[in-house]
Amino acid sequence: MELTTFEQEMLDGKYGEGMALAMKVQVGTGRAFYAKRMVPITRAHVAASAQQGDIYFVTKLVDAGARCIVPPTTNPSMDLEYVSKHLWAMDQFGIDNVTKSNEAYRRIGAIMTLNCTPELEKNVPAFGEVVAFSESSATPYVNSVLGARSNRESSISALCAAVTGRVPEYGFLLDENRKAEVVVEVEATVEEDFDWHLLGYAYPQVYKGGEVPVFTGITKRATPEGFVQFGAELATSGSVAMYHIAGITPEAPDVETALGGKEPKARVTITQADLERVREQFAGEAGPIEFAMFGCPHLSIRQIGEAAAQINGRRFAVDTWFLVSSLTLELADRMGYLATIRRAGGHVLPDTCMDIPGAWDVYYDRPGVTESQKCAFYCQVYGQRYAVRPFLQGVEAAITGEVH
Amino acid sequence: MAEQLTFSCRSISEGAGRGAALTSQHSLCFAMCDPTTGTVIEKGHSLDCQSVAGRVLVMPSGKGSSVVQADGLYRLIINNVAPAAIVLERPEPVIVSTVIAMEIPLVDEVDPAFYEAVENGDAVMVDATAGTITVTKAGAGAAAPAAPASA
Repeated sequence: MELTTFEQEMLDGKYGEGMALAMKVQVGTGRAFYAKRMVPITRAHVAASAQQGDIYFVTKLVDAGARCIVPPTTNPSMDLEYVSKHLWAMDQFGIDNVTKSNEAYRRIGAIMTLNCTPELEKNVPAFGEVVAFSESSATPYVNSVLGARSNRESSISALCAAVTGRVPEYGFLLDENRKAEVVVEVEATVEEDFDWHLLGYAYPQVYKGGEVPVFTGITKRATPEGFVQFGAELATSGSVAMYHIAGITPEAPDVETALGGKEPKARVTITQADLERVREQFAGEAGPIEFAMFGCPHLSIRQIGEAAAQINGRRFAVDTWFLVSSLTLELADRMGYLATIRRAGGHVLPDTCMDIPGAWDVYYDRPGVTESQKCAFYCQVYGQRYAVRPFLQGVEAAITGEVH
Repeated sequence: MAEQLTFSCRSISEGAGRGAALTSQHSLCFAMCDPTTGTVIEKGHSLDCQSVAGRVLVMPSGKGSSVVQADGLYRLIINNVAPAAIVLERPEPVIVSTVIAMEIPLVDEVDPAFYEAVENGDAVMVDATAGTITVTKAGAGAAAPAAPASA
């Protein structure tokens, strides 16, 4: 790989050990994928997940003098104050991890958005922009819905990109790799947000390969939230970081263009039965629940408004959490939704992820409801038994205390 | 004299490591290992119930979300139960950047004859810096080499 003089100096340590380490990871990754050069990025999104491995690496970089050339937005961690006041007294291990993580990311120059939907607010790339986005639900959105260009980044490589302001040029940064190689005929109804959850989870079950798919047969554009969920489920069930939807996403005016004029490697069909299988896989058991957890990825202000309307003067029967960005919390307050949800006994919690180890121990091994297959999948390791329902059905279950 | 076979490979993360071969049909996410023992805990995985500690891990690629791979590998390292080296068939961005950052030797593009030759338990030396893998057949009277840095 050819480096500019400046890049070679970064790698050689002229700008400190931290910069050199970040460059070493980038150059090593670039060589692995036969990148010919590095290219500048204009945006990055990194983890700040309060997990030990992530804290180790960001601390190593920042202690060695690294500072971000491109200030990245960050994924959620935990609102310690709210959780301590309203849920339980977290143990010192959890508190220390969150505190150390936030401090290290602040020092390295991250913008502490603590939100996993940067593609909807505060870090929205334009068509053709080269970026490094690490959240696995955000990467497919910026590539596919917005037409920006990001590879599937790890928490580590995205942070290195923010520090160096560059990424190796390979994969989805290059025109030829953005073309579809699989045609997916959708013979199922995909209209509501929850249909997009099901389709996103179903596709990697039907086709295991890592090629870029183009979906056809879909006539109704997803809502922004539907696209977010679609990407989240594609990246949970498989590792799809780029897709096209013929007639809807910007690089796919039609199937032929999405394919770049080539014959597809494979054609697959997704039927209503495939979607129903996912629905059943995550349906859980009907009956009483002990908590409700919504917002994986974070809910939008539109969804918070719908939840508030669903309450209709009643109260939640179980602990109910709506996970959002700090901006959505502020808007919920302005719109009166926050007061409605709080009066009903619910919580609107900013900055927080449902998969922070040590944060949600009180719900381990208990039955709950969520709108997200991704949440149900990753929280299995904690023994949480989730019934997954369309969002407003889930809110209704939280009000009545049982899922149907 | 034990039978020794040497194969060429490409270095992705430099360094050298040796240990008994552990071959996997499936890609692994290190978060699906018990962090204290290195034992794989993923149901249905070809390595389920086997430990990666001190082994030369031979697998197709990596998998898992953007953060958990790094966290999983880090916890194996601090407990001295990380693999000694990793041999991949296909590089994948998350595992590549994670393994370089965590400084574990990693190679790919291995001479296809390696996959014919290597079996679980063979003594394997991966010298990523030199671009070579040396296999000493377990059945050929070789003493299993000690895993480096194991307690």
